[in-house]
Amino acid sequence: MPGIISFSRDGVGYVVVVALAVCLVCSVLVASAATFLKPMQTVNAKADRRSNILEVAGLPAGPGVDVNEVFRERIDARVVDLSSGELVEAREAKNFDQRAAASDPDQSVKIPPARDVADIKRRAKNAEVYLVKDENGELETIVLPVHGYGLWSTMYGFLALAPDANTVKGIKYYEQGETPGLGGEVENPRWRAKWDGKKVYGASGEVQLSVIKGSVGGNTPNAEYKVDGLSGATLTSRGVSNTIHYWLGENGFKPFLKKLRDGDLAAQG
Amino acid sequence: MAQSQAMKVLTEPLVNNNPIALQILGICSALAVTNQVATALLMSAALTAVTACSNFSISLIRNHIPSSIRIIVQMTIIASLVIVVDQLLKAFAYDLAKQMSVFVGLIITNCIVMGRAEAFAMKEPPGLAFLDGIGNGLGYSLILVLVGAIRELFGSGSLLGYQLLPLASAGGWYTPIGLMLLPPSAFFIIGFLIWGVRSWKPDQVEEAEYQIHQVHRTEVV
Repeated sequence: MPGIISFSRDGVGYVVVVALAVCLVCSVLVASAATFLKPMQTVNAKADRRSNILEVAGLPAGPGVDVNEVFRERIDARVVDLSSGELVEAREAKNFDQRAAASDPDQSVKIPPARDVADIKRRAKNAEVYLVKDENGELETIVLPVHGYGLWSTMYGFLALAPDANTVKGIKYYEQGETPGLGGEVENPRWRAKWDGKKVYGASGEVQLSVIKGSVGGNTPNAEYKVDGLSGATLTSRGVSNTIHYWLGENGFKPFLKKLRDGDLAAQG
Repeated sequence: MAQSQAMKVLTEPLVNNNPIALQILGICSALAVTNQVATALLMSAALTAVTACSNFSISLIRNHIPSSIRIIVQMTIIASLVIVVDQLLKAFAYDLAKQMSVFVGLIITNCIVMGRAEAFAMKEPPGLAFLDGIGNGLGYSLILVLVGAIRELFGSGSLLGYQLLPLASAGGWYTPIGLMLLPPSAFFIIGFLIWGVRSWKPDQVEEAEYQIHQVHRTEVV
């Protein structure tokens, strides 16, 4: 080897130069792969998110379905100002990314620890909602994105409500890192089916829906507000409960749901 | 001569020197991703690509790698290639990549890749090292796809997603073996495969490292 690296092959200078050169080449390789493939990955991730929304809303989402087509036809994706419960104008709502917004100090608020039941620290000021229309254009399902901390991870999912904004139609976690086989069972279709028809708000308007320890039997009082816990996953179950309590409560979607129920949503832009 | 050597490097790892069956390397991923043929195939392709490319690039610079940092240099190259493969899968095979979750990333720690880099690519020229990577990748793929086919056929009655055995739950006659869908079943299948290969080629049987001491017992049963 000529030039500055002609000294001994095990000398410190030579070792450092080789290490730097290898790192440089490798980082260029990794960085360019990540950059060039980013657009395709974003498209995939978006389609995946959409197919999850379709699934939780009970629309066809399996293989052979053009997810984007169904999504365009049936779903009205809107952005809501969480504190006022009003819809944000379409112009502003375009390209809204709730997860990016939640970590941007300008677009998010810190949640006081006392109210942070879902343990998420910050939340975006605005949130996405998906209004699913039936064939006649009537509201059929409301899909709300929710997230909260379980045992190991922040679990991201969607909750589908009937137009009365009180009856659960489905729940679907699409990203979580809980223990496979225990907390990871939040993705199990059989457990998810137990949510169907449960009620969210009690008579006084508070969130009553909870995941309980054990299972809901015929004699369980207020069974319509209770979902079976996941066995062996008490903390994950509690995390799911907390997530529901936070996102359907005063600091979450409650103002929006109230307005939607009363039929006085302005800004239909 | 050169051609026969290349052939040997390419075909030897298929049966005679199979990385899983003889060297018992790469078992972890062989358990994890083989409950369907599709994921087994994708994992095989990913591992073969990584092994071949890492062998090639390590062999290219083998004369310049200082021996004091050779392992970390190999790791850097392997890790970069794995990230590239992971990114490619996320761009072109998103659903399958999601099912394989962490196991693509774990190719970094797959002993086959590291083993070939250290044992072959550090000594041989790039072309041959590339073929050696392909050969070992194919040896791994062979076992993976076999195990995947057995597990998918008996665990869910299908191959590559096509239903071959009508399931009892869907009105057919076949009751699937639930164990086949769980990782431990791959242990049994790989065990039986190794037994089969070694009965066929007895020279693969290892010499016993120790012998159980023979005791002559007459009075105690």
